[in-house]
Amino acid sequence: MATNTFTIEDLKRILLEGAGEEEGVDLNGDILDTDFEELGYESLALLETGGRIEREYGITLDDEALTENRTPRALIAAVNTHLEVPAAA
Amino acid sequence: MTKVVVTGLGIAAPNGTGAEEYWAATRGGKTGIGRITRFDPARYPSQLAGEIKGFDAERHLPGRLLPQTDRMTQIALAATDWALADAGVRPGDMSDYDMGVVTASSSGGFEFGQNELRKLWSLGSKHVSAYQSFAWFYAVNSGQISIRNGMKGPSGVVVSDQAGGLDALAHARRQIRKGTRLIVTGSIDASICPWGWVAQIAGGRLSTNDHPDRAYLPFDAEAGGHVPGEGGAILIMENADGARDRGARVYGEFAGYGTTFDPKPGSGRPPGLRKAIELALADAEAEPGDIDVVFADAAAVPEQDRTEAEAITAVFGPSGVPVTAPKTMTGRLYSGAAPLDVATALLAIEEGLIPPTTNVEQSAEYDLDLVTGRPRTAAVRAVLVLARGEGGFNSAAVIRDAR
Repeated sequence: MATNTFTIEDLKRILLEGAGEEEGVDLNGDILDTDFEELGYESLALLETGGRIEREYGITLDDEALTENRTPRALIAAVNTHLEVPAAA
Repeated sequence: MTKVVVTGLGIAAPNGTGAEEYWAATRGGKTGIGRITRFDPARYPSQLAGEIKGFDAERHLPGRLLPQTDRMTQIALAATDWALADAGVRPGDMSDYDMGVVTASSSGGFEFGQNELRKLWSLGSKHVSAYQSFAWFYAVNSGQISIRNGMKGPSGVVVSDQAGGLDALAHARRQIRKGTRLIVTGSIDASICPWGWVAQIAGGRLSTNDHPDRAYLPFDAEAGGHVPGEGGAILIMENADGARDRGARVYGEFAGYGTTFDPKPGSGRPPGLRKAIELALADAEAEPGDIDVVFADAAAVPEQDRTEAEAITAVFGPSGVPVTAPKTMTGRLYSGAAPLDVATALLAIEEGLIPPTTNVEQSAEYDLDLVTGRPRTAAVRAVLVLARGEGGFNSAAVIRDAR
């Protein structure tokens, strides 16, 4: 079930499901500021990842969201701007 | 002309995975044909197939490749690893541009395509994998083998069924003669999924017999179509001088090739298979008497069996050469069949043993020296491999001992 915050754990799960893990890369390491290309994900892998995020969270990402946000931290922030703020604290 | 040899075998067949296991099964007449397990075949008129058992893609391939590959690509990548290891080649040893990839494919990644089409119609377009863009594609095995092993030399794919398997090897030989050191070639085909199955049933040539030992009987009076299988072989082909210089083990030479197309039905002109055989022999500078065994295409459709038996008899004389069809143990593997037959021929040369055609009792209509029931010990120096594709394609190749 989708929650209202998109986290690094959500991103890692979606990357693994949609595109797998590159040999020699540990997604459980400190990857927040590592370029997706260094993590082994080319444009098609990111397209697949974006599609899965959109489906799961019911949002629509701009084309630029996937091309301009080159690191997990940047993509997570971009996704979160689309997610609703909880109504009550 | 530059001699072109085979230095590595990567075999994935329904009756054995890896050259050793496959050859042990094949020389022993062990079948890989059984009731389909990959989906429930109960509602289909044909229910038998030659399935590769126990292939665990996760054990062979990195995680990045699994979500983007069809089963046939996963098997082809593993078979390429085995073939390169067998040839003693580490891709880093040669320059990227000295190595190319030429495979054949008859149906592309059907199972991957089926799964994505199912998502398209049941869940919507957003659920279709981005990797569908290439995972189904005919050229995908050549592409993935090339990327994984850093091979940037001449590459391509022959899109064709049975005969295409030989046509790809011939094209690999052509590229080596033009100067490329090594070509990864052959084919792995697999489309045993409901979508692939209905496509094959529509072709009208599948056996509807549901007994594994009675369903695929080429050259038998009871021949009633074939059983499809999955798999094939990936071969490492090299310039003979280059192979010798690096001290490679040589299985044998791809010595001759001929290909023809049948005349239009009703034209009154003869079928093209005999001519393909003659072209292959001439290309190998061989006489019919030099051939020690013929690996038949073995369609198991009476009219086609007759055409093949007549072509063999016309060239070699009545019972003039041993004939066998080890594919009776695997089913017909489409573009994977002929590369597997070539690999089998090389193993037959190595051991001096002709593997059997299983379950078949030759119809009185044919005059072939068909090796049935049990293997036959024989000095095997040269083998003729035949392959025909639906619609009139005929190809023939001569495989020769290079020792």
